[in-house]
Amino acid sequence: MRVASVPMPNPEPPAQTALRLEGVSVAFPERSGQIFVAVDGVTLDVGDGEFVAIVGPTGCGKSTLLNIAAGLLRPSAGLCRVAGALVGGVNRQAGYLFQADALMPWKTAIENVAIGLEVRGMPRGQAREEAASWLARVGLSAFHERYPHQLSGGQRKRVGLAQVLILHPKLLLMDEPFGPLDAQTRAIMGALLLDLWSADRKAVMFVTHDLEEAIALADRVVIMSAGPRSTIIGDHTIPLPRPRDITESRHLPGFIETHKAIWQQLKHEVMKAYADAAG
Amino acid sequence: MPRANSRLSLLALQILVGLGGLLAWHLLTTVPVGGKPLLDPFFFSKPLDVLARTYKDFVGGAVWRHLGITLLETVLAFVIGAAGGIVIGFWFARQALVAAVFDPYLKAANALPRVVLAPIFALWFGLGIWSKVALGVTLVFFIVFFNVYQGVKEVSPSVLANARMLGMNDRQLLRHVYMPSAMSWVFSSLHTSVGFALVGAVVGEYLGAAAGLGYRIAQAEGVFDVTGVFSGMLILAIFVIVIDAFVSLAEARLLRWRPRETTATAQG
Repeated sequence: MRVASVPMPNPEPPAQTALRLEGVSVAFPERSGQIFVAVDGVTLDVGDGEFVAIVGPTGCGKSTLLNIAAGLLRPSAGLCRVAGALVGGVNRQAGYLFQADALMPWKTAIENVAIGLEVRGMPRGQAREEAASWLARVGLSAFHERYPHQLSGGQRKRVGLAQVLILHPKLLLMDEPFGPLDAQTRAIMGALLLDLWSADRKAVMFVTHDLEEAIALADRVVIMSAGPRSTIIGDHTIPLPRPRDITESRHLPGFIETHKAIWQQLKHEVMKAYADAAG
Repeated sequence: MPRANSRLSLLALQILVGLGGLLAWHLLTTVPVGGKPLLDPFFFSKPLDVLARTYKDFVGGAVWRHLGITLLETVLAFVIGAAGGIVIGFWFARQALVAAVFDPYLKAANALPRVVLAPIFALWFGLGIWSKVALGVTLVFFIVFFNVYQGVKEVSPSVLANARMLGMNDRQLLRHVYMPSAMSWVFSSLHTSVGFALVGAVVGEYLGAAAGLGYRIAQAEGVFDVTGVFSGMLILAIFVIVIDAFVSLAEARLLRWRPRETTATAQG
């Protein structure tokens, strides 16, 4: 059982769980003095090497879950464990690819990629060498000395991916990382991501509002309800085989049926969120 | 980027405007209308006289010592003011309580027209260079301070969160995130702060000194030597343009990572 709207007592999480959220709720005080509950009682496991996509309407608290897993945000209630240990403070085992541009604009591509190793104490030369090989892996060998503003949106995402993966995080958190990119670039970035991911399977939590992208990439797609008080309302295993060619995924048998099944659930929430926003 | 020939024609237009102004000045002060020129050369001097005087001062070497002193005062005022602004700016930006407590005093101090401080500084630091440096420091400090404060406060939240996720501790955040962000604001206000350092120096000299460009202008004015006043202003203008060119060079080097079109506006 992976979905539960009620937090259950859970003494020993299984060892193969990369991330476990247990009855996590997040509430913010509003200016009016009321309490705004963004996320309510979310319980979710992400297994080792498992690729989980989270879909849901805008403003449903998908990013909030990532921030909790990253240790950037403390849940108001519930627990967050990474590899069995409770998260307190920034989660050093997680890599986080943000939706917004998060590269340091005053550092070149290679400096941005190397910085994580450098702050961990690796000598600069060695860190740069490592960074160069990662830039090659994301196809940016020719762009070492470019500053972020001299790179295209897709190229910046590649640098971001290298910046995160070079640290070999056990858990990869991605917040609509390819959201701002055009459709073709998204497909290419998705393929690149799957390529890098299949080389050493990390646990991935991938937030997106694009259902096709979610199905094409993930092992499981988790649906969140419209906010406030959003929670997990669906959990679908994706039957597509691996390795996958992301550009061909939608023609595979099973894609349409899966899409239909998830969309039935998601549609309701999207309409609700839309109605709330409109009126 | 303007094309080469449009840049040339722009330059031609710019020179034309300058020449036109000089010509008007020349005509108004030399061509008699009904017996005497419209502008009395005693009060308005003549452009050729001003140029001749300026040339003589440069070649004769009379002006170099004064230039050197004004330059020294400007550099000292900038360095001391900027250092203070950076240190205090960082401190305030990181300590919300300190910033809140000192906020009204800083605003009051910044609102004060600095000229009124000149007599006090002259009493405290004498008529030598240090009273001028002090005046320049009070001007530079606030510009740098506000920019550092803003630079630290306005670090993009996602850049900051990303840096923390990459494993930076507080000291590393300061070095790799806060410092570069703050310095980019300081560098983009470099023209303003260097300009104000010079203003402090010249105003200080004007109000009481034994040397410097401001002193020369005050001296000339004291003996109704209008040509000397204009010549002093011309030298000052040349000095500012040269310094500004150096600042532009420094800025281009220091802010290499920035896209061209954005430059933060400085506060004065």
